[in-house]
Amino acid sequence: MTLFEQLAFGVLLLSSLLCLFRISRGPTAPDRAVAIDILGTLVVGFCCIMALWTGREFYVNIAIAWALISFVATLALAKYLEGRPYDA
Amino acid sequence: MLESVFYWFIAVGLAFDLFGCIGLIRLPDVYNRAQAATKCVTLGTCLILTGLAGLAVTRGNGAMCVKALLCAAFILLTSPTGAHALVRGAYLSGLKLWEGSVEDAFADRAERIRNESSQPASPASPEEGVTHREEAETA
Repeated sequence: MTLFEQLAFGVLLLSSLLCLFRISRGPTAPDRAVAIDILGTLVVGFCCIMALWTGREFYVNIAIAWALISFVATLALAKYLEGRPYDA
Repeated sequence: MLESVFYWFIAVGLAFDLFGCIGLIRLPDVYNRAQAATKCVTLGTCLILTGLAGLAVTRGNGAMCVKALLCAAFILLTSPTGAHALVRGAYLSGLKLWEGSVEDAFADRAERIRNESSQPASPASPEEGVTHREEAETA
């Protein structure tokens, strides 16, 4: 692991810790939902750095699948906050 | 030379991610936090993916390049959409804006949406819908 990848992991871990702080301390439920959405996007960055480090291709597949599922989860959370049923 | 350009892409993307998450901590209410964090983290992650795609090309891995670019396009489409839906849900759930906010452009529309959802079975609206559809067909 080169210095660049170590620094990249450090920055992403720091960003994730800030998101986790907002998830734990967020005064309202929408704060937590927004922080969960951001954390999902940060995981895609983690997958990219893993792909760069190991040179393996399947980490990018994981990133695509994670982005899809994170989007669906965000829409479900938005519906929940709005107080509507999930099929409307 | 070209490889260092793509490493710079990734470094700038990481910086954007970090600044977005600092905005998530520092800003006063959920609307400010959502706009700061979503814009910065979307751009940052797209830059990381673009840098990864370039590095994959310079290392002769074309499939990884295409997948990373697809993922970047997907995030560029879905992340703002998801954040918009979340913030709309937060507003309709009744969360107030920060007291220092200067404009509330969604207030009228939110009022209308709440009225519609509280009276779903009004007798006039289906007939109106039928006449509008007939007018559209004749026109």
